[in-house]
Amino acid sequence: MAEEEVKFRVSIDGIPVDVAPGTTILNAARQIGGDIVPPAMCYYSKLEGSGGKCRTCLVKVSKGSEKDPRPMPKLVASCRTTVMDGMEVENITSPDVVSARKAVVEMLLINHPLDCPICDQAGECKLQDLGYEHGEEQARYEFARRTFEPIDIGDKIQLHMNRCILCYRCVYVANQLTNQREHGILYRGDHSEISTYIENALETDFIGNVIDVCPVGALTDKTFRFKNRVWFTKPVDAHRDCPTCSGKVTLWYKGADVLRVTGRKDEFGEVDEFICDTCRFDRKQTSDWKLEEPTPVEKYSVIGSNHYPEFNPPAVIKEDKKLQTANKEQFARTEKLK
Amino acid sequence: MGRTLLLTHINVPGIQGFEVYRQTGGYRSVEKALKTMSPDDVVEEVKKSGLRGRGGAGFPTGMKWSFLAKPEGVARYLVCNADESEPGTFKDRYLMTHIPHALIEGMIVSSFALGAKTSYIYVRGEMMPQIRILEKAIAEAKNAGFLGDNILGTGYSLEIYVQPGGGAYICGEETALLESLEGKRGNPRIKPPFPAVAGLYGCPTVVNNVESIAATVPIINDGGEEYAKIGIERSTGTKLISAGGNVKRPGVYEIELGVPVEEFIYSDEYCGGIANGKKLKAVVAGGSSVPILPANLILKTASGAPRLMTYESLADGGFQTGTMMGSGGFIAFDEDQCVVRNTWNFTRFYRHESCGQCSPCREGTGWMEKILYKIEHGLGTQSDIDLLWDVQKNIEGNTICPLGDAAAWPVAAAIRHFRDEFEWHIQNPSESQTRNFGLAHYADPLVQTVD
Repeated sequence: MAEEEVKFRVSIDGIPVDVAPGTTILNAARQIGGDIVPPAMCYYSKLEGSGGKCRTCLVKVSKGSEKDPRPMPKLVASCRTTVMDGMEVENITSPDVVSARKAVVEMLLINHPLDCPICDQAGECKLQDLGYEHGEEQARYEFARRTFEPIDIGDKIQLHMNRCILCYRCVYVANQLTNQREHGILYRGDHSEISTYIENALETDFIGNVIDVCPVGALTDKTFRFKNRVWFTKPVDAHRDCPTCSGKVTLWYKGADVLRVTGRKDEFGEVDEFICDTCRFDRKQTSDWKLEEPTPVEKYSVIGSNHYPEFNPPAVIKEDKKLQTANKEQFARTEKLK
Repeated sequence: MGRTLLLTHINVPGIQGFEVYRQTGGYRSVEKALKTMSPDDVVEEVKKSGLRGRGGAGFPTGMKWSFLAKPEGVARYLVCNADESEPGTFKDRYLMTHIPHALIEGMIVSSFALGAKTSYIYVRGEMMPQIRILEKAIAEAKNAGFLGDNILGTGYSLEIYVQPGGGAYICGEETALLESLEGKRGNPRIKPPFPAVAGLYGCPTVVNNVESIAATVPIINDGGEEYAKIGIERSTGTKLISAGGNVKRPGVYEIELGVPVEEFIYSDEYCGGIANGKKLKAVVAGGSSVPILPANLILKTASGAPRLMTYESLADGGFQTGTMMGSGGFIAFDEDQCVVRNTWNFTRFYRHESCGQCSPCREGTGWMEKILYKIEHGLGTQSDIDLLWDVQKNIEGNTICPLGDAAAWPVAAAIRHFRDEFEWHIQNPSESQTRNFGLAHYADPLVQTVD
């Protein structure tokens, strides 16, 4: 008789899901998908040990398990708490969680420079999304924001420590993907910073992945710096035979130019496979790549706004000649898509 | 005079050395435990004694020990947390300086109970003299056959190592301590797993405070039941209290749990009253992170019963009108002290000591410090008090380790009980720079009756 697979039944915001034992609440929620997935700024499923730090994914466990139905006394980090059979979790249905998340977002933003207009990450920034979804309209912080001395970590990667939210993801990348760890956290508390060992350049084969894992604009691609806004570029999946990595990437086109190469990201912003620095920084010709298809992007994301240009004109435009002329471009683009 | 168990021989000349300590009855518990008891018997005695962790949380030590996972073929560790850095607390340093062998003896007994073959004493980096004292004590004990291979011919072997920390407050949190002990950055781990399952080097580990470990010595010598006779209800035994602030006789006192707070402050046996004939304004009863209480609430609970030095009585009334035993750092403030300034000072400490790992604590401690700086320096506005209240509420409970709570509680309590002093600071910005608020309505009830 085949051994039956044990599944734990948990309910998140009243939606039941069966997951394997050892799954975290966050991953169980991701299996359901939709609104009830807690945001995660520091957790990265491909990086061992990540998570638990940013506290944006806090949820309330209103029933511990079938055996021990006591609720957990505090809000727990869903990315690091494993499910129990019969667990009941409240995320967006719990006012406590919503207010705690608001509080955490506020804390993350008080020292963030909010220089989105000049930040390359804008448009694909997790902190931006989080701010829009959970942030307050008005800042209550009136003091000077924290700043750091800029340090140069090489000609490929730009470190903007002022924007960092200290998620530690890049430290885990450096620990787990590269053969030598070149950077880490210095100091502690609100003056802690990501830094390299005596201002060394980061120069290992896979260190470029710190750009992909960074949820904010603290680590960005110097070869793409100030070249374009991400929402003006079009992502296309492509691959090549790479001796060091899988070679499966997303190319970001502006016209016929490849402006940037990144790993392929899933709906939670995590790359499917880490790519090597050669693919990322040194192969920026279409001829280097075999193109696959346009990368699916979320329709209502910032990037998506430029990629779903179907124009559904309201009735008033259809009737008025003048307005039709005014919207000529939109009509033409919609025609082209057909 | 109350009974003392830990500091009984503190005044014997030469008690620091092995010979004198042995003559005063030292290391009896090792002989008794190793020769006549099984490890489980020792755990059982400690359970019977009702000893509660002396580091701050007050978790029953025996129960903590019984949670230790015991898989076959995996090493187990006992780690002594001597990273005493709570502002106001200095009892462990005192114990280690004067009677180091009490700790070593307790370490041997506890390690035996837990089946640990290697134990560590993680001492705060600033305590270099104490580290040398402990190392000397370990060498002496080893010489006498109480440490090393085959202790007293019983077949039990134990090595104790002293590890200096880097002087970070956060390394007093048990999982940060283990990280630091492993040679990593002292960031608290995310629990679970708890150290009892996966602690030092991934092995089951028990982390105990210096005083808890030292307290196992009298428990084994006299039996757990005898120990449990001291104290009241679930607060058994004796506790070292480090009294500081504006008391006449600051210092480390060993009290039987259950002594009234009033007696502790005013009796000549202990603090001897408030210095310079001043009146008591407020008390921080258990180290900087526990809520501050005004004089009327520290001497009597909200229901009017006298407040006692026990875990339960100090916590009576929750955080609304109560406080916590904490680590026993008893700080008294007289009428001349400024609660706002003190709160700012505490917050400055927590801002400096936050590890920076999780966002509410990293950003929130800095924010609170800045707001309090503003208020203290006459630059505050009324809305700052509410903002401060909000910020502390947003930190509390949302962090990985208790440092966030520890930073939030003193601020919350200061606003809760001394809001008018904050308001006075804001309304009188220039006057608040030259004089302090004084006693106001939370006057010292005792002194008032005398007046």
